[in-house]
Amino acid sequence: MHSIPSVRTYVLVWLTLTIMTFVTFYVSTINLGEWNIVVALLIAFFKMMLVILIFMNVKAESPLTKLFVGAGFFWMVLLLGQVAIDYISRTWMPEGKMW
Amino acid sequence: MQPIRRITVADTHGAVAEHNPNLRHHFDTMEQQFDSATLGMWVFLLTEIMFFGGMFCAYMIYRTMYPGAFASTSEHMNPLWGATNTAVLIVSSLTMALAVRAAHLGEQKALQILLLLTIFFGLCFLGVKAIEYREHWVDNKVPLIAGHWDYSNTDKYPNQAQYAKQAQILFCFYFFMTGFHAVHMIVGVALMLTIFTMARRGKFNSTYFTPVEISGLYWHFVDIVWIFLFPLLYLIGHTKESLF
Repeated sequence: MHSIPSVRTYVLVWLTLTIMTFVTFYVSTINLGEWNIVVALLIAFFKMMLVILIFMNVKAESPLTKLFVGAGFFWMVLLLGQVAIDYISRTWMPEGKMW
Repeated sequence: MQPIRRITVADTHGAVAEHNPNLRHHFDTMEQQFDSATLGMWVFLLTEIMFFGGMFCAYMIYRTMYPGAFASTSEHMNPLWGATNTAVLIVSSLTMALAVRAAHLGEQKALQILLLLTIFFGLCFLGVKAIEYREHWVDNKVPLIAGHWDYSNTDKYPNQAQYAKQAQILFCFYFFMTGFHAVHMIVGVALMLTIFTMARRGKFNSTYFTPVEISGLYWHFVDIVWIFLFPLLYLIGHTKESLF
């Protein structure tokens, strides 16, 4: 149906994913304070994009399918973003008691 | 390759059209049928995103509430098992992607071997998960079970007693999230067995391999969920001072 990536591309993506797993494991042993979670999630996001675009071949899908995939992302951003805004901003109130 | 049945269909120009036996009558072309199936699968995966999204959201809230407890509790988890399982799942995604490619090219033998490999790695993942669950049980780390999370008679984990209650929240998340993920893996393995049987019966060819494709999408999605579960559950307190 659509053009499908070459074996070489698949193996390269797999190598990258495996290396990123080692990297995220290694970075977690270094204390970066609050940045540990940020780095870990950035790496996870990068890995996810590789799987979605190449392994799931969304890169070659129709614009409609891409729109639906994007809608999934958008929904997650809404869910996590709005909730995070609530919980983060609670401490900003003058007499703020967090819980 | 299945022989293409020739059916004479008079279109507006009176020409003869070739009709693929796998083309359902409500679709115009194989391309359109394939795109519709892919889109439909993505709609299902969106509901899966909502399903896991809710758990990730709840996790985020409780982690913000009890950063210390979450960080300190993950010392009960073995990141090496988690990393191993991540690697195993990534390999299974590779074999799955190659299986779809083989189906696309009509390579029957390669398709069957790659599907078997995918099933094998999926079972490896579940095996490691079972070992981990057993360790947690032996280590008395199951929430809400009598005798578990009880530090009153032991000083095995001196800095853990203060977190005994909150730590169970993390383990609730751990068991629910990895548990639902494991259920998805079991479903995935069953799905792959079905696809393998279909492939053996010669159901697929280079013009029709939609079931392989959409089962592959499911498999990759389950992989993605784990890609996030691994750092969130196993690598939190890997460095002791790091908090959310």
